[in-house]
Amino acid sequence: MRVHVDWTRCDGHGACAELLPELLATDEWGFPLTRTGERDPKVPGPLKDHARRAVNACPVQALRVKKG
Amino acid sequence: MSAAALDTAPEAPSGSRRLLGPAPVTPLPRLDLPHLISLVEEAGLTGRGGAGFPTARKLKAVAGHSPVVVGNAMEGEPLSSKDAVLLAHAPHLVVDGLTLLGKTLKAKRLVLATGPEVPADAVEAAARGSRVEVLRLQGGFVAGQESALVNQIQGRPGVPSDPVVPVFRRGVDGRPTLVLNAETLAQLALLARHGPTWFRSVGTPRDPGTFLVTLSGSTPGLLQHPGVLEVARGTSLRHVLAAAGTDQQRAGAVLVGGYHGAWVPPEALDTPLSTEGLAPFGATPGAGVLHVLDRTACPLELSATVAGYLAGQSARQCGPCVNGLPRIAQTLKRLARPGADAALVAEVDRLRALVDKRGACAHPDGTARFVASSLRTFADHVEDHLEGDCHARAR
Repeated sequence: MRVHVDWTRCDGHGACAELLPELLATDEWGFPLTRTGERDPKVPGPLKDHARRAVNACPVQALRVKKG
Repeated sequence: MSAAALDTAPEAPSGSRRLLGPAPVTPLPRLDLPHLISLVEEAGLTGRGGAGFPTARKLKAVAGHSPVVVGNAMEGEPLSSKDAVLLAHAPHLVVDGLTLLGKTLKAKRLVLATGPEVPADAVEAAARGSRVEVLRLQGGFVAGQESALVNQIQGRPGVPSDPVVPVFRRGVDGRPTLVLNAETLAQLALLARHGPTWFRSVGTPRDPGTFLVTLSGSTPGLLQHPGVLEVARGTSLRHVLAAAGTDQQRAGAVLVGGYHGAWVPPEALDTPLSTEGLAPFGATPGAGVLHVLDRTACPLELSATVAGYLAGQSARQCGPCVNGLPRIAQTLKRLARPGADAALVAEVDRLRALVDKRGACAHPDGTARFVASSLRTFADHVEDHLEGDCHARAR
């Protein structure tokens, strides 16, 4: 599983970085910044529930999980 | 630049006038799908629009799905006019390429998307009697990006979409969509007639065939014959610059690939214009844009101007691009002014890494590549600026 940001939707609310701090930080403008530098970071097993919660918490539905 | 530049340009290196040569007299052959794919694979044809993706792989992605095929003649890069010249000189080749794919792929629609610089009248005349629909669309630097193009064809704003569903799965009319650059289609129309051995008879084994280049200079008169030439892949940069009548005394670094491209320094003008030859500079043949910098100009000033232009061409959808690109441009501009300090260099480096790969399209990535190449290529000139010197100001 990977998390993917739809940049055309993201407004930088920051909910994803709060709920998934192991994978996402925020940049100086509040937009999600992957900690590994990967475009769509891989979600380790123990974090899968957190990733789904982050997806649901995004107010503009800009965060998705995808296969891979 | 106008199509008339074609008439003033000198003869291209021999054996390489194909697209810009005389019109073919043989009719377009009928090919079945496996035959077409193996033909393109054997020839090693790659996209001539910028990304250089193997054309056979794009064909395979939509094979068997009755796709929509889109010819991309948006030419949003301001330093490029090769698609406009191609469509003024040989619109029938582009129409042929689309017609061939229409039959072979059993395409639902054939669309030729033209930007404002392309002579649409000539194209419409060439398309008469064929299945090709010629659309005149709005321009802009990112308007030719695949998803932006699909969006504009569908009557939506011509800005990129999130690439989670690629256009080869769902594009125009919700159908799998194959987008090929106009020149790629013209190459295909010749390849179908003459075969892969002919195609490979010029170019390098790993990067065969010819391509169109657009030559320009940063100051008037630097090139006697700016404009479009057809050259074999692997031709040296020096040879191509000479063919355009470049003033060798005044020629400095050459920007290869346009505003999303990278610089080849003046001491490396023997570099072959091929994928493998340009790789050490972080450049690719791209869409064939060659922009020569005048030695007496300040390269940082030009880089800052380009970065400012690119910031202005953002589709303004993605946060890192909207916020980051103007910051990069401002920081470069400060670096180009007297009294620059070393912290600005580190800041440009940090910002370009920060925007890289963080957008729906490759606009931030391309901008980051250009900026990284500028700092790398002009490192000595950056040092001069930090010491309060600039040869361009001293004059």
